[in-house]
Amino acid sequence: MAVMNMIEAINSGLDNMMERDDNVVIMGEDVGYFGGVFRATAGLQEKYGKTRCFDSPISECGIIGAAVGMGAYGLRPVPEIQFADYIYPGMDQLISEAARLRYRSAGEFIAPLTVRSPFGGGIFGGQTHSQSPEAMFTHVSGLKTVIPSTPYDAKGLLIAAIEDNDPVLFFEPKRIYNGPFTGYYDKPVEPWSKFDAAQVPEDYYRIELGKANIVREGDEVTVLAYGTMVHVARAVVEEHGINAEVIDLRTLVPLDIETIEASVKKTGRCLIVHEATRTSGFGAELSALVQERCFYHLEAPIERVTGFDTPYPHSLEWAYFPGPVRIGEALEKIVGELKS
Amino acid sequence: MAKPPRKTPAAKKSPAAKKSAPARKSSTPSKPVAKTTGGLKTPIYKATKAELMDFYEQMLLIRRFEEKAGQLYGLGLIGGFCHLYIGQEAVVTGLQSAIEPGKDSVITGYRDHGHMLACGIDPKIVMAELTGRASGISKGKGGSMHMFSVDHGFYGGHGIVGAQVSLGTGLAFAHKYKEDGGVCLAYFGDGASNQGQVYESFNMAELWQLPVVFVIENNQYAMGTSVNRSSAEDQLYRRGESFRIPGMQVDGMDVLAVRGAVEEALKDVRGGGGPVLMELKTYRYRGHSMSDPAKYRSREEVQNIREKSDPIERLKAMLMKQGVAEDELKILDKKVRKTVADAADFAEESPEPELAELYTDVLVEQY
Ligand SMILES: Cc1ncc(C[n+]2csc(CCOP(=O)(O)OP(=O)(O)O)c2C)c(N)n1
Ligand SMILES: [Mg+2]
Repeated sequence: MAVMNMIEAINSGLDNMMERDDNVVIMGEDVGYFGGVFRATAGLQEKYGKTRCFDSPISECGIIGAAVGMGAYGLRPVPEIQFADYIYPGMDQLISEAARLRYRSAGEFIAPLTVRSPFGGGIFGGQTHSQSPEAMFTHVSGLKTVIPSTPYDAKGLLIAAIEDNDPVLFFEPKRIYNGPFTGYYDKPVEPWSKFDAAQVPEDYYRIELGKANIVREGDEVTVLAYGTMVHVARAVVEEHGINAEVIDLRTLVPLDIETIEASVKKTGRCLIVHEATRTSGFGAELSALVQERCFYHLEAPIERVTGFDTPYPHSLEWAYFPGPVRIGEALEKIVGELKS
Repeated sequence: MAKPPRKTPAAKKSPAAKKSAPARKSSTPSKPVAKTTGGLKTPIYKATKAELMDFYEQMLLIRRFEEKAGQLYGLGLIGGFCHLYIGQEAVVTGLQSAIEPGKDSVITGYRDHGHMLACGIDPKIVMAELTGRASGISKGKGGSMHMFSVDHGFYGGHGIVGAQVSLGTGLAFAHKYKEDGGVCLAYFGDGASNQGQVYESFNMAELWQLPVVFVIENNQYAMGTSVNRSSAEDQLYRRGESFRIPGMQVDGMDVLAVRGAVEEALKDVRGGGGPVLMELKTYRYRGHSMSDPAKYRSREEVQNIREKSDPIERLKAMLMKQGVAEDELKILDKKVRKTVADAADFAEESPEPELAELYTDVLVEQY
C-alpha cells in the first residue's frame, strides 16, 4: 500500500499495465517527454521508452483514429486527450470507427482502446477547459464510459478499462485530482492523503466495470452521482443531516442498475446530480430508468440538480456549478414533501 | 447540396467579378510567388521615424499589458487560463501595421491579448474580460481566450487549437463573396499547424482562391512539446506546398522584417493570387499558460533569446542609433505604463456580470 492522490494512482495503474502487457502503449499531447500536463504519465517514457509512451502532434482526430487501428491489430492503446473539451475533433473516429468496429465486423475486429481524458469544472477553465461531455458518449452504442471518484477507484477502474476489449472513455474529474472537492469553494480542499481512499496498492488490482459503490448508506433518499459530484453530494447530505444513501455510479455504461433499483425501492426517493448540462444529460436517462423500475415505490418526483443549459461561463463559475445550495434545496424539497 | 464553386465563389452582385481570380496554377509544381525561401530573406521594411516610434509604442503596450496581466493573475484577480504574448510582439505589430482597418479581418487562437491591442481595441475592456467583469469585451463570459470585436475586424480569440484556421478561411470566403477587397489574417501556432482541419482549410483556400494569409506564429513550442518532437516537416513555411500555397519564412523577432514580408504577401493576396502562408519565427518568454514548470527548455535558452533577439530592445537600439533621445523613449514608456495601469484599475473596479447573464447569448432567443 502507498498513499496516492488521483494522478499518482492513475500513473501507477498505467505503469502496472505497461509492465504486464507489451501491447499497452500511451500517446497524446505532451504525455511523453513532459509527462502530461497533469503529470499522469510522468516517468513512463523514461521507464518504457519512446516507442511505448510518446508525444503526439496536436491532432485529436489522428490520435484516436490511429489508436483504433493499433487496437485492431492487437495493441492496447491508451491515448490521452488532454482535456475532454478537445475530444470533439476525434468524435468521428470514436463514434463511426471505435464504437462500431466490432458490430460491423461481426466480432472479427475489436477496438480495445482506453481514451483517458480529464473532464469537469470547478477550475476556472471557462468554456474550453470545464466541460462534462459524458452523455455524448453514453448515447452511442458500442462505447463504455467510466468516471472514477477516488484514487483507489481510479486505478482499479483504469486497469479494468485497459484490459477491456471494447473502447472505453475514461473521464477523470480533474477538480479532485489532489483532493475531494466538496463544492464549498471558499474552504480549502483537504489532500487525498487524509482519506482512506488514498490507500492504494502499488500492485495490479481491478475494479470491475459496471459495479456501483454505495459510499454512504441511508434510507431517506437515494442520491445518484459520479466524479466530483459524489463528494459534493455527500458533504451536502451530511450538512443537512439527511439520512441519504449516496451511490457513486463509477461507470455509466455499463450501468449498475440493480444497485440503483434496490436503493430507490428502499428509500422511495431519488436525487440525481451531475455537472453536465441538463437537457439530454445522463440524469435524464437515470431518471427514466428509475421511473420505469421503481415507479410504484416512489414517494416524491425524481429531482435532478445539474449544470445549466448554457456553455460553461468564465466568470460566475460558482453560480453555474451545481453546488451545495442547489443540491441542498433539492434534497429538502424531496424529503420535505414526505415529511409535510 | 450545391457544389461549392471552384476557384471563384459566386459573386453576389456582378458575375463580372469572376475575372478577379486569375488561375495561376498549372500541373507543374507550384511556383512560389513571394519570397518562398527557407532563409530569412524577405524584404526589410523601410520605416519612417514616426512609424518606428509607433511600432515601438505598440510593442511596448503589449509587453506592459501582458506583464500587468501576469501580476493580476498572481494576485488572484485573473483566474484559470491566461496565455501571455511576451516575446512575440513584433509578429502582430508588424502584420497588423500593414492591413487596412475597417476592411480586413483578423482571427487567432487563445494567445490573443496582443492581437486585440494591435487591432486598436481599448486595453480597459480587454483587461476587464481577463478579470471576468461585466464591462469586459465579452461581458466576462468569455475570458482571456475568447474575445471579439467586429468593429475592429477582430473575430476572436478561440480556445480550441486550430479551429480558427477554418473560420478564417470562411471569413476570407465572405470577403471574396462580398467583393469588399478585404483579406483575412488567420493566425495560429506551430502546434496548431498539425491539426487536420488546417489542411482541409489550405486545400479549400487554394481551390477557391480565397484572400487569406495563413500566419504561423512559430514560437518553437506547443506547451511542452517542441516543434521537432511533433512535426515531420519542421520548416513550417513549407506546409502549404502540396496545396500550391506559397510560403515565406520570416524573422518574427524583427518588426521590420515582418512588415516587409507581409507587404509582399498582401500584394499577392490582394491581387487575387489566393492564399499565402507565412511562418514567423518567434519565441515566447513566459510559460505556456500561468502554471508551467518549464521543464522542457533550459533557462539559458530563454535568457539567450531575450538577450540577443528581443524585438523591443532591437527596435530601441535602432531608434537610438537614429538619434532618438533616451528621454523621449522614457516618456513613451511612462505613457504606456499609465494606459496599462488605468486598464488594470478599470478591470478591478468593474462589477461581475449579473447572474441573469448566464442565460443570455446562448441562442438568439432568451430562455
Ligand atoms: C483541440 C485542442 N487540443 C489541445 C488543446 C490544448 N492546448 C492548448 S494550447 C496548446 C499548444 C498549442 O501550441 P501552439 O499552436 O504552438 O501555440 P502557442 O501556445 O505556442 O501560442 C495545446 C495542446 C486545445 N486547446 N485544443
Ligand atoms: Mg507554439
